[in-house]
Parts: sequence; structure tokens; C-alpha cells
Amino acid sequence: MKLTEAFQLAIKNIRGSKMRTFLTMLGIIIGISAVIVIVGLGNGMENYMKGSFSDMGTNTLMVSIMGRGSSRSVSEEQMYDLVAENPDYLDQISPTVSLSNAVKIGTKKLSLTTITGVSEAYFDMKNYTVSAGRALQYVDVSNRRDVCVVGNYLNETYYGGNAVGQTIRLNGRCFTIVGVMKQKTDGEMEEGGTDDCVFLPYSTAARMSYTGVISEYTLTVVDETQARACVTIVESYLYNTFRDEHAYRVVSMAELLDAMNSMINVMIGILAGIAAISLVVGGIGIMNIMLVSVTERTREIGIRKALGAKERYIMQQFVIEAATTSALGGVLGIIVGYGLSSIGTIIVSALEKGLTISPSIGAVLGAFGISTFIGIVFGYLPAKKAARLNPIDALHYD
Amino acid sequence: MSALIEFQDVSKVYEMGDSVVRAADHISMQIQKGEFVAIVGQSGSGKSTCMNIIGCLDVPSSGTYLLDGQDVGKMNKNQLAEIRNKMLGFIFQQYNLLPKLTLLENVEVPMMYAGVSRSDRRERARVALEMVGLGSKVNHRPAQLSGGQQQRVSIARALVGEPAVILADEPTGALDSHTGREVLSLLQQLHAAGNTVVLITHDNSIAVQAQRIIRLEDGRVIYDGDAHAPEAVVSPNLAGTGGGQ
Repeated sequence: MKLTEAFQLAIKNIRGSKMRTFLTMLGIIIGISAVIVIVGLGNGMENYMKGSFSDMGTNTLMVSIMGRGSSRSVSEEQMYDLVAENPDYLDQISPTVSLSNAVKIGTKKLSLTTITGVSEAYFDMKNYTVSAGRALQYVDVSNRRDVCVVGNYLNETYYGGNAVGQTIRLNGRCFTIVGVMKQKTDGEMEEGGTDDCVFLPYSTAARMSYTGVISEYTLTVVDETQARACVTIVESYLYNTFRDEHAYRVVSMAELLDAMNSMINVMIGILAGIAAISLVVGGIGIMNIMLVSVTERTREIGIRKALGAKERYIMQQFVIEAATTSALGGVLGIIVGYGLSSIGTIIVSALEKGLTISPSIGAVLGAFGISTFIGIVFGYLPAKKAARLNPIDALHYD
Repeated sequence: MSALIEFQDVSKVYEMGDSVVRAADHISMQIQKGEFVAIVGQSGSGKSTCMNIIGCLDVPSSGTYLLDGQDVGKMNKNQLAEIRNKMLGFIFQQYNLLPKLTLLENVEVPMMYAGVSRSDRRERARVALEMVGLGSKVNHRPAQLSGGQQQRVSIARALVGEPAVILADEPTGALDSHTGREVLSLLQQLHAAGNTVVLITHDNSIAVQAQRIIRLEDGRVIYDGDAHAPEAVVSPNLAGTGGGQ
């Protein structure tokens, strides 16, 4: 008897009792779909993190200097020198001065807009491009000009797309808009989003800030994979200056992303593990039903044996039936999992823009493999029981 | 030429708790190729044990059973399954058809285990069903047929693998006398066509349809000879009911 025939026989038996087969499969369906949704959620979160980090640039280091009293400090020239001295590791640098003031356009006051003072190199470092006008230039920084580049949200919403040359008020000062950033979000822009921003020369911004001191820098590294080495270079320099490791903080975006990803993965692993328990429960359900089925079909087994079925054929028939039931459950679970993932995506993306549930092919193939494997494992015992039945007893079984 | 079926001092002993039941007690007999033999006996006479041993569903506790010269007692389960498949065609009292399969598929089952190709066995099953007069119902299920028809399907299934022995266990037991006669005449046709038929029954009126009768009582052969001899149908121990076992 060929394997394909055993398979067809299994399909026939499964079709003969649809309701029971479906109920048997339910555990597997739930388990597989749960695993798929959870792994999909993990992927979605990872992608989301990657997306938002790549906005910030995974090749960047963020340096914050808290300082230590007033005795020691690091000037911007020293930071620039540090970068220049390590050309193999560090690429560019820009002081970053964040202002928390509100923006005023005409009489409209916007408090969610991100206002950042940066150098002329910043746009290049972050791969930002302007869609109109120009980016900030060295003369803007050195002359502390009151100019700025605005995000496309402000441009479209308040200037009708013609922001260049117009003015905007920051902290009571009037700034001339020299450029508009290219839109970064794919869909609709919103207040407080990535396109709701203003960039001005850091020298100007430093004067407007509360402390008047530049305490944050953004650096880019030559090679992302060398992020750790770059962090060490900057840290050791700052340590030599301050002799206190609490006086500064250096964060590598690549490392931060890695740390976050591994955290997400551990969480997803735990959740998927819990979901996988239901697969085991499902497997036991299959075993249970197969045992009942063996008892119910004792006579059939006796007839088949009398007609010349060897033990391994009977064994094969039941194992294949269990595996087919389970694999079928796996396929349904995959379908349900995908369905739930797309419904889930609608829900989570409404809560957090850009967050999706995206099941991976690997998870799907894995789920299918596991469900088939479960069928074989849990089908083995009932199949063995069936194969061992004595044909005489089985023939007289009612 | 050696016999097709040969029992040499065959005994079968069952242990049930403390008591020992000797279901077959030193039975010796031979059945030649092409014979139509009825094995007759009351319940408990050992005829079912005999049928199980002849059918290679069971092996003797002692003695030798040779089927076509092969010692069945020395075979393992797989070899028994194989010899059942190749050498024996079973006809059961309860027909024992598989209810979920069509008639055609039912008749195909033994050939499936013999490894006959799909198209080949489909064709052979169709021919066998036509032979028993059910050629028009090949795609029906057993439950759609009458008892007599179902038994004819089981006859088709028994003979489709061209076995050396057709073994019929009370084939008319569940049928009314009319359809029972039909089934018996079908068995006689098979015999006339050269098949070896072994019929197991408790019913003398059925047994006399065979050529030869082997009468069993308490696990022993008490008559072995022509079916039409008067001794064949008269139990020498009328008072005995075959009990005591």
C-alpha cells in the first residue's frame, strides 16, 4: 500500500466525520493562530522600532553632558576636535539644542512643534533633504542668524506650501524661513508628528535656551557595526575630562535598537511559548479522539487485518490520519492567524500609527511543521494500539 | 501431491483464568485442492477455532498446520497477514464490509494490501462484482444493500484476490432461507469453477450442500467423509449439546 493511498484513506475518514475532526483540530487551530499572531506582533513591533529608529538614524550617537559643577566643561570646539581626531570611527558632529518653547505663526500658537538647534552638518547626518529653499548653512551658525528650516506640516498647514521667505516667531523672536523639509511621514501628517518641526542654527538656539550652554551632541559613526567602539572613544574622552562617569551619557542608537529588539524578542518568545502550550493541549485532544476512533473502528481494523493488512499498514493509516488532522488544523490555524493579524493590524495601527502585526513566513512554516509533528507524535500511541489489536477479537467486537 | 490444507495433530488450548479450555483436541485432517468441505459442529465444538487456524488468524498451540506446504505455526504476524492476503478469501456471517467505502472500494481492499496498482484493482473489483450480479451497484455503500446483496459483495471481495482457499464462516447465518440458498449456490458455482471452498456451519441442511463433511465435537473430529452419507448428518451423541466447555 502506497503512502499516497494511505493519505487518501485518511482524507476520506476525515471527511466522513467533519464535525468531530473540526472539534479535534480546534486546539491546534487556536494554538497555531495564537503563535502566528504573537510572532507577527513581535515582528510588527520590531519593524516599528526599526522604523522609528531609522528616522533618528541607527548610525548616530547621542551624547548628553550633564557636567559636574562648573569646574570642568567640554566646549563645542573640543567635541569637534574629538571627531576630527578619530576619522576611522567618527564621521560628523552636530550640537543639538532642544527648545521647549511654543511656536507662533501669526496669532496661532503651536506647542507641540519640535524645535531643535543644529549645525549645518545635521541635515546631511540625518539624510534630511529640503523640498524648497535651502538647508541651514555654516554662515547661519557662525553669524547666529535668525533663520530656520520648517517641516512640511507647518509649510502645508500654515503657509499653504509657500513657507520659504515668510516668518515664524520663536520665543518672541522673529525667524525667517529659508527652507522646507521634505515630507517624512508616508500618510497624513499630524500636529506633533515628525513633520511638525523647526530647525534653527544651534548658536542661535543656545542663546535662547535656559542655560545657554550646549549640552547635547549628535554624532554619526563611520561603521554602524563599530558602534560600541565609537561609544568607548567618546566615553573615555569625556571620562578623562570629568573623572566622573555620571557627568555624561553616550547612547548609540544601534545599540539601543539592539537592546530593544532583544527585549521584544524575549517577550515574544515567552508569549509564543505560552501559546505553544495550547498546541500540546491540542495534540492531546487529537490523541484522545484517535484513541476513541481506534475503539470505534475496532471491527474495521479486524476486517482489514483479516484481509491481509500488516501491522505497519494499520499503524500507518492511523498515524497519517492523526498527522493529516493536525496538519489540516495547522493550515486552518495559519489562515485564522493571518485573518486575526490583519484585523489586529487595523486595531493596533489605530492606537499607534505605523504599528502592524506582520506574521513571518518562517513562523508560518514552523507552525505547519510543528502541527504535523504533533499529529505524528500524538497519533503514535493510538496507532500502536490499533496495530496491536488481535484480528479475531477485533472481528467479533460490537 | 500434498494436500492444500493439512492439520497434523493440531491442538488449541486457551487459558481462561484457572481453567484450561481445549478448543481443538489433536485434530488431524487434510483438504485437497478443489474440494468443497463443510466443517460442522455445535457451538463450542471447536469449529470456530478450526476456522481461525485455517484462516491464519490464529496459530495452533501444538501440532502442525500446513497451508499449501507452508508451516503456518512458525510464522510471525506479518507473514500471517501476508498469507491471509494471498491465500485466503474470507466470507463472514456478518459480511464485515467497511460501511464508509463503496462496494468497489470494499472489494479493492485486499488487493490494496497486496500492492495491486489502482487501475488494475479497480478493474478486477468491477469484474468480481459483476460476477456476483452487482455490476450495476458498484458505487453504492453497503448500507444501501440487502443482506443477501451484502454477502455477495463479501464473496466478490473473497474471490477477487484469487485465493487458494475460500473460507466461509456461517455465510447464511444472517440471511433468510431463500437468499441463503442463493449464496450457497454461488459458493457451489465457485467450487465448480475449481476453487477450494471451506464452509463452517452449525446447520446440517447447509453442510450437506458441500461434497464432504468434517464433523467436530468437543474439539475432536467425529466424522470425516461424504456429505451425503447418513452418518454425516446424524450426531452419534444426540444427547450432547456440545456443552461441558
